[in-house]
Amino acid sequence: MRVNGNAHPAPVDTRRLLSDHLRHDLGLTGTHVGCEHGVCGCCTVLLDGAAVRSCLMLAVQAEGHEVTTVEGLTREGAPLHPVQQAFHECHALQCGFCTPGFVMSVLSLLAQHPDPTAHEIEEGIAGNLCRCTGYASIRRAVVRAVELSRE
Amino acid sequence: MTTRWFGAPVQRVEDDRLLRGHGRYTDDIDDGALECCFVRSPYAHARITSIDVEAARGMQGVVAVYTAADLPFGGVDLPLLIPHPNLTHGRTQRCLASDVVRYAGEAVAFIVADSRYVAEDAAELVQVEYEPLPVVITPEDAVRAEHLVHDDVPGNVAAEMLQEVGGVDAALAAAPHRKNLRFRYERGAANALEARAVWALWSDAEHRLTVYDSTQSPTSIRGGLAVLFGLPESSVDVIAPDVGGGFGSKIMLFYPDELLVPYAAMQLGRPVKWTEDRQEHFTAVNQERGQVHEVEVGFDDQGHVLALSDDFIHDGGAYTPYGIILPIITAAQVPGPYRIPNYRVRFRDLYTNAIPTSPYRGAGRPHACFVMERTLDVIAAELGLDRVEVRRRNLIQRDEFPYEVGVAWQDGNTVIYDSGNYPELLDRALTMLGPRPAGDHVGMGLAIYVEGTGVGPYEGAHVQVLVSGKVIAATGIPSQGQAHATVWAQVVADELGVDIKDVEVTSGDTRRFSWGVGTFASRSAVTAGNAMHVAASMVAAKAKQIAAEHLEANPDDLELVGGQVRVKGSPDRGMPLAAVAVLSNPVRYAFGGGTEAATQFAARARPGPPLQDGEQPGLEATGYYSPPGSTWASGCHAAYVRVDPRTFRLEILKYVVVHDCGRVINPLVLQGQIEGGVAQGIGGAFYERLAYDADGQLRNASFMEFLMPYATEIPPIEIDHIETPSPLNPLGVKGAGEAGVIPVGAVLASAIDEALGVPITEMPLSPLKLYELTR
Amino acid sequence: MKPPPFEYHAPTSVEEACRLIGSLDDAKILAGGQSLIPLLNFRLARPRHLVDINRIVGLDRIYERDGGVAVQALVRQAAVEDSELVARVCPLLSDAVRLVAHRVIRNRGTVCGSIAHADPASELPAVLLALGGHVVVRSTHGERAVHAEQLFGGMFETTLSPDEVVVEAWFPEIHDSFAIFEESRRHGDFALAGVVRADRKLALFGVAPTPVLADPRDPTRDLEPSADVEATPEFRLHLVRVLAAKAFAA
Repeated sequence: MRVNGNAHPAPVDTRRLLSDHLRHDLGLTGTHVGCEHGVCGCCTVLLDGAAVRSCLMLAVQAEGHEVTTVEGLTREGAPLHPVQQAFHECHALQCGFCTPGFVMSVLSLLAQHPDPTAHEIEEGIAGNLCRCTGYASIRRAVVRAVELSRE
Repeated sequence: MTTRWFGAPVQRVEDDRLLRGHGRYTDDIDDGALECCFVRSPYAHARITSIDVEAARGMQGVVAVYTAADLPFGGVDLPLLIPHPNLTHGRTQRCLASDVVRYAGEAVAFIVADSRYVAEDAAELVQVEYEPLPVVITPEDAVRAEHLVHDDVPGNVAAEMLQEVGGVDAALAAAPHRKNLRFRYERGAANALEARAVWALWSDAEHRLTVYDSTQSPTSIRGGLAVLFGLPESSVDVIAPDVGGGFGSKIMLFYPDELLVPYAAMQLGRPVKWTEDRQEHFTAVNQERGQVHEVEVGFDDQGHVLALSDDFIHDGGAYTPYGIILPIITAAQVPGPYRIPNYRVRFRDLYTNAIPTSPYRGAGRPHACFVMERTLDVIAAELGLDRVEVRRRNLIQRDEFPYEVGVAWQDGNTVIYDSGNYPELLDRALTMLGPRPAGDHVGMGLAIYVEGTGVGPYEGAHVQVLVSGKVIAATGIPSQGQAHATVWAQVVADELGVDIKDVEVTSGDTRRFSWGVGTFASRSAVTAGNAMHVAASMVAAKAKQIAAEHLEANPDDLELVGGQVRVKGSPDRGMPLAAVAVLSNPVRYAFGGGTEAATQFAARARPGPPLQDGEQPGLEATGYYSPPGSTWASGCHAAYVRVDPRTFRLEILKYVVVHDCGRVINPLVLQGQIEGGVAQGIGGAFYERLAYDADGQLRNASFMEFLMPYATEIPPIEIDHIETPSPLNPLGVKGAGEAGVIPVGAVLASAIDEALGVPITEMPLSPLKLYELTR
Repeated sequence: MKPPPFEYHAPTSVEEACRLIGSLDDAKILAGGQSLIPLLNFRLARPRHLVDINRIVGLDRIYERDGGVAVQALVRQAAVEDSELVARVCPLLSDAVRLVAHRVIRNRGTVCGSIAHADPASELPAVLLALGGHVVVRSTHGERAVHAEQLFGGMFETTLSPDEVVVEAWFPEIHDSFAIFEESRRHGDFALAGVVRADRKLALFGVAPTPVLADPRDPTRDLEPSADVEATPEFRLHLVRVLAAKAFAA
């Protein structure tokens, strides 16, 4: 399977969840685990460019696919991706635990709707829980991300 | 001191690594750690007749299985964290139960294996025989005491406390009007998105125990582990790395895993890590909010409250590790921002066969606010008066501070409000709220609250200017997302005249700073913030003193600006702070970085020994701040809601907050705290419910059924601030962490009450509840 | 919450999938996984074998046939949501799929999987029932169509044999007089109660062990909904009346 553009050998243990494989076998701990039943969104990654819950996939199912995690958005020392930058500017993260999941979901949203309406933004962030921010700053961050992406 | 940073909406220094996915939460730490799993009681109350772990022990990949019998401390009760003279029948659990279990979720066995997958497989092989016992689940059940949670605790009463200010009985008897009211709050849960986790390593070579723990008090855990394992504290390091939210659930200390994981690490000679899963979290992590209040209020024709008597029972859960702090807080906060000349409050802290209770954001205050605010609404309705007017007539005025309420507070002092302007909060909130929207089934909600913040005993900080000119600072208390590293960097940067990018703050790591209490009760800005200020001021003073000698100036004529120490009015007469740091440490051997200037043959600034009496090398200081008492924040929330009369769906049309937490260090961070708190309040008022059945089983132990709100359930809110500085601390700050959540239940109850025309006296609500109330 | 041990199979053809599911004892099909994997993680489902059909090529088409739209087994709910064909031929299905959870779930979840999972509170089985659609199932014995009215046996139970694989769901076309309404606690949650109107037909979901057809003039007749944390039977009946009235008001 490919993760963030790098090839990795297929996972051996067929019951290993993709979330655990990414975090503990590949050392990509940016993807977080909050519930393991698909509700909270902390584990959201991109599979072939579309957001999926990595806790609801077996690692073996990602074989032959392209997985993108938050670590794949920008290189070490390189500037933040516009979505990440927008979250920073709008104080859209506090504890940071839900943040990678949100960032990936927003990426997926903007890939589908590069200039989203307010309704589309609402739908786009509706599937991720945040316990810290109350979501207002996250809404602001999506609007800002659209601005930054245009620049 | 410049105020370049204090009060500025500075973007956070924490964000970059978190956004890149380089956060380091406890489960992210691996280093070859073994993984663990608990076997927990499925029964809320049962006698254990046998535990058989042999099959589990024999499973491939399992390294160890522990029951109480295997532990040298198996018979030791976990610490009773906050003793109190009224807690006459306090009880705590043991790490692992072997005799009686008293809540569904109580730990019975602990498994250590190669992976969590294997550990969970092994857990299924552990055979525990239980004899179910009668279950006490609601506070009402507990007080009826048909069955006991602890055989040796009569009436299920852990503690009882009665306080009276003035003469309530006489005042009630003389009051023109009297009402009896009953209010009921059900349990709620914090459910931070990062569940709990502990990682531990014992190094034989260094005789050192290192523990990473998703906790709100590393210093306390360190102290406890040292005592339990007979180690000097200096041999124990506890670090709260990145923590994904706490909200009080992680200030409960000495959960069984916090002892068992280090123990296993010491026994097995390998790192050991336990990470909770969400299902487990629901039955293993402390909850809060269950109370029932019987109120009698006496008032006059103008709606002045003449006397208030509140008799409440508090659902303490199966054990009382956190003492009676929660009901003490409730009892203290019922009067709120109002003048209650005669106030009597009695509480009984009761045992139930449910998870123990300890603070969850708000910690007893939401209930208090609910009681007072709903009572005032009833008074208004009784008299046909406007509820806003009734509040105005009872509010403590701005010239009445300090205002003594006269009841006990959670820090051992009594409640004295230090400053505030409650009428201003109300006026501004109403202005922001504006006119009522058109349409049917629209209701207005309103609540004003106070919040005791910044409790002691103290916090400390270490601040040091390095020879590079960069500044490092550290304090003992950890962060769970409150932007401590940014906020304290602001305080230090102002004091030292540097950029906040040049201040690196470490928090919650006993290796860097080992004294301190913890992050809870909206106290960090007040305690650690002021400690940072104290330490930074000491460093600034020393910098001026050293620089003065070299510049041949008077220290009082010097200022710290732009990384320099310079003469006021003569900006070219100065020296870099970095150079002062070099000079502060007289050396024999230069090692680069400008240290040649501090060697013995370099120019001397003064006669005598390089270090003189009382001087220490280095441009650093450690300072402490110990508050004389709590400083009292306050706020007013108001809202319009619409309730669909057919589906009973709630639509929040407008929600406004006016907030006073004294001087604001970072308005951006504060806004985030309030927005987050209000969202948690909305969740707790209308969506979240812990559905225990009569057997004490939690029926909705998952995120599918415990309904934390998504973005679609949380409306935008408008926020305004006023600042009534605290006279109690040099920075004039008050706490803000819990403010957003405190009045939300009262506001929504009040609004829904008006929208539907039915009395709302309980929390939480839901469409089902509203449907039933309107039948 | 980790899955219990199982044997994993990844057939690359429908025939192979049928052979596996026909010969293995205690096997479950893994399609989108959005319903099954949570059950595995909670250890509420413990199949000895998982037959992952995601490697089967050519089973992801949406196409028109017989006056309706056919959705094959590996069509993701998101694909249906984005499909112009579905929007043209069966806009009720387009509306309904938008109510299923959140987009991220729909990126993996399949339409056929949702129908085969037969959660009484889910939307798509009720849509199939209201429209009078069917599923096509295959086994080593051959292929057959099962009409929606014969498909749902009980809570989380279809009437299909354990050795049958759903390869396609077919939804008749509809162009007006349709609606789907549900009451859920949060956006994207399972419905406390829901109604689907397809012309003069009414199907209910969330209020019985399976989706059920109801009389628009008396939608709660003979209905005995269950109680749970968020709704009593009375409240569900009340919501059915409210939602049915709304569906037939236009």
